[in-house]
Amino acid sequence: MARYLWGRIAQAVLVLWIAFTVTFVLLQALPGDAVLIKFQGGDLNLTPAQLEEIRLSYGADESLLVQYLHAIGNVLTGDLGYSVQAGVPVTTLLAANLPSTLVLASLGFAVAVVLAVGIALVSSLTPFAWLRNVLHSVPSLFISIPTFWLGITLIQIFSFRLKLVPVIGGSTLESLLLPVLTLAVPISAPLAQVLVRSIDEVSVQPFVSVVRAKGASPSWVLWRHVARNATLPALTIAGVLLGELIAGAVVTETVFGRTGIGRITQDAVNNQDVAVLQAVVLLSALGYVVVNLIVDLLYPVLDPRITVRSGDRRANRRAGARVATGASA
Amino acid sequence: MSLLEIESLAVSYSTAGGIRRAVHDVSLAIEPGQTVALVGESGSGKTTTAQAVIGLLPENGRVERGRVLLNGTDIAGWNERRLRAVRGTQVSLVPQDPVSSLDPVQTIGAQIAEVFRLHEPRDRRPVLPRVLALLERVGIDEPEHRARQYPHELSGGMRQRVLIAIAVALHPRLIIADEPTSALDVTVQRNVLDLLDSLRREFGTAVLFVTHDLAVAAERSQRLVVMRDGRVEEQDDTATILQAPGSAYTRALLADAPAFSTVERVARPAGGGSSAAGGATTEAAPPTAAPPALAVTGLVKEFRRGARGAAFRAVDDVSFAVPAGTTHAIVGESGSGKTTTARMVARFETPTAGSIALAGEDITDARGAALRALRRRVQLVYQNPFSTLDPRQRIRDIVEEPLRNFGLGDRAARRDRAAELVDRVALPPSVLLRHPRELSGGQRQRVAIARALALDPAVFVLDEAVSALDVTVQAGILRLLDELQRDLGLTYLFISHDLAVVRQISDTVSVMRRGRVVESGPVASLFADPRHEYTQQLLSAVPGAAVPGAADALPTPLGDRR
Repeated sequence: MARYLWGRIAQAVLVLWIAFTVTFVLLQALPGDAVLIKFQGGDLNLTPAQLEEIRLSYGADESLLVQYLHAIGNVLTGDLGYSVQAGVPVTTLLAANLPSTLVLASLGFAVAVVLAVGIALVSSLTPFAWLRNVLHSVPSLFISIPTFWLGITLIQIFSFRLKLVPVIGGSTLESLLLPVLTLAVPISAPLAQVLVRSIDEVSVQPFVSVVRAKGASPSWVLWRHVARNATLPALTIAGVLLGELIAGAVVTETVFGRTGIGRITQDAVNNQDVAVLQAVVLLSALGYVVVNLIVDLLYPVLDPRITVRSGDRRANRRAGARVATGASA
Repeated sequence: MSLLEIESLAVSYSTAGGIRRAVHDVSLAIEPGQTVALVGESGSGKTTTAQAVIGLLPENGRVERGRVLLNGTDIAGWNERRLRAVRGTQVSLVPQDPVSSLDPVQTIGAQIAEVFRLHEPRDRRPVLPRVLALLERVGIDEPEHRARQYPHELSGGMRQRVLIAIAVALHPRLIIADEPTSALDVTVQRNVLDLLDSLRREFGTAVLFVTHDLAVAAERSQRLVVMRDGRVEEQDDTATILQAPGSAYTRALLADAPAFSTVERVARPAGGGSSAAGGATTEAAPPTAAPPALAVTGLVKEFRRGARGAAFRAVDDVSFAVPAGTTHAIVGESGSGKTTTARMVARFETPTAGSIALAGEDITDARGAALRALRRRVQLVYQNPFSTLDPRQRIRDIVEEPLRNFGLGDRAARRDRAAELVDRVALPPSVLLRHPRELSGGQRQRVAIARALALDPAVFVLDEAVSALDVTVQAGILRLLDELQRDLGLTYLFISHDLAVVRQISDTVSVMRRGRVVESGPVASLFADPRHEYTQQLLSAVPGAAVPGAADALPTPLGDRR
């Protein structure tokens, strides 16, 4: 077990390093830079020579390789660099913005899970075929709604027409309501789809007939047998959905004018604020790796057929546990 | 009053193509403590009938009319809630496939205890002792330990015992056993059926025994109901039907059941000139100068568990020789190493030690181009005709594929060859343009054989090639194989767990157990006079072996029906 964990941590470090390097190369390849965007034009009217001087002060005169090694060294010592645009260390920027994004993302995810489970359970327990059909088509609808459109529509309806939630201001809870919903709906869709499908698949397994032949009711079968067996594929998807969550947060924070990681990411992209972007990519990769490690560690808890063998660097997923791809980042 | 009476039951399924009747007008009765066997081929409606009794039809199934009287009460029209009180307490189920019939994420103990929790929720007595007593009763050792294990940690036979424990937990009046042993080895099958029999006697429980295997039905039931196309073809006391089957269909079923045919394979001059009783034994040299079509000497295969795990010998010092134009069978239970041996002969596995020779030429270490050339001489036919054909290809493409792979002939020549091959396996030319899903299991297996024939191989490795088929279909395939062997001089290595089938098709046989050959020789003498204790065990476990008079009534050797 310890061996397995160390192996996974080594993998995680590798993933982080690759993510960092790829971002570094891509960002360097872009034309223009943050200095140009911040100081060119405007009232300052700096000459190219002066711009070059500012660049020197950021250490931009050194070769790319040296810059790269510097950057890596700094990251390893916990220094994520300096935001050219905001003029503060990136760590300060992240510390100020992370909490609000974490709250938004975790609430959004929780609501998405509730939505997905609700759709799946109601559609499999309902005696009405029409309701089942309606619920089965809901995920496809949800998945095709663009986040920005949903956000704007929700503001239109709930804030402007019905005047239930203020657009700006209001209590913390009120200000979270619409953003959380905007974020949750598109996330819930793939989750619900996978859940509905795996519940359908598990429900026709022979062991379900055996449980019914024991005299169990449909809800007994669903809660005690089908649910746990159907959770595994959904869990895998949940790990993958973290990416959607980050992308969704960027749009949601912009639409609702909230501060947060999504917002500084957007600003950093607009301003080519390389250090901030590097940090955001690193943070997202870290989130991915951690969430997927947790997911992988949860498999054996849910399904005794899956064992985490020491000496084996992969979780050994045996036949029977249909696990979608992409879980081990 | 009968325990269960089914009166003119009709069941239909609503499918995309409309309403389809699966069961028409079925009537039968079961007396308390009696075993009634419901026999038929797949699609005969036997399982649908059984499911209707317990109200567990698939969602699209519906009882159209008829009555199901349990102790005189009609339960056919009962709703789910009322049926729940009957299930498990009055009527219980032993399902077909023990591997998928237990919840994989719950312990054995919890799944047995569930029956008590469902029906006696207010019972204050602790459940665990009752669970352990049940496990012990169905013959599972170390009940305390087993109760805490998960299904995947138990063998198929043990899982079926657990399922039987669940079925008898509340001493129901009727057990519906739906093909309870079809997925098990013969010796395990016998133990499980013996257990079911003794529980039936102990608790006075009646059994509705659904099976496609007439031999098993004959041995275990007092009454036989033969079904065909959703109707009862014939029903009577088992002994009466075996002695004098009333309908032509029952006679055909009996004739095709391999267990009942007494006549061994007819010895005949084979392609290589050696007699059928030639030299499968390791000591006996082939009687003629020509080398055997296939000779295996001292074959060993070891598998390692994990990187540093101990080696496990799946095949241990196996030797046999198959003269050209004859059939050598390898029999054994699952885990005996017979499939690994077959895969090594086809060179899909590389032996750890030993040698394989094809017509005198050593192919043990063939690789690269030589290995590829070998594929033209040795072909494999697998057990499952449903997963060995690409569902997206048409039959013509499937049969042509080996020719395309080896670049043989032009387009037109390949088409002609495909048509010829399909004709060779007695399929109509119309199948060429169809897809595998449109064919029956037997037809698919014929397609697999046609594909294997495409390259004119000398040796066929048949791995349980007829095990997944109904008896009549199986008999048809066996006849085809026999015919092909006579016409083309093919040599067969026939892997099977079914001794009855082996007796019909093989000239010589090796019995394998735990990787070793325990006994080998000509089929006739080995079956008549088994020397090794394990061979004796296997033979006595063959269902139908003990049915008196059954064999005499049906003198239908394979040779007579050619």
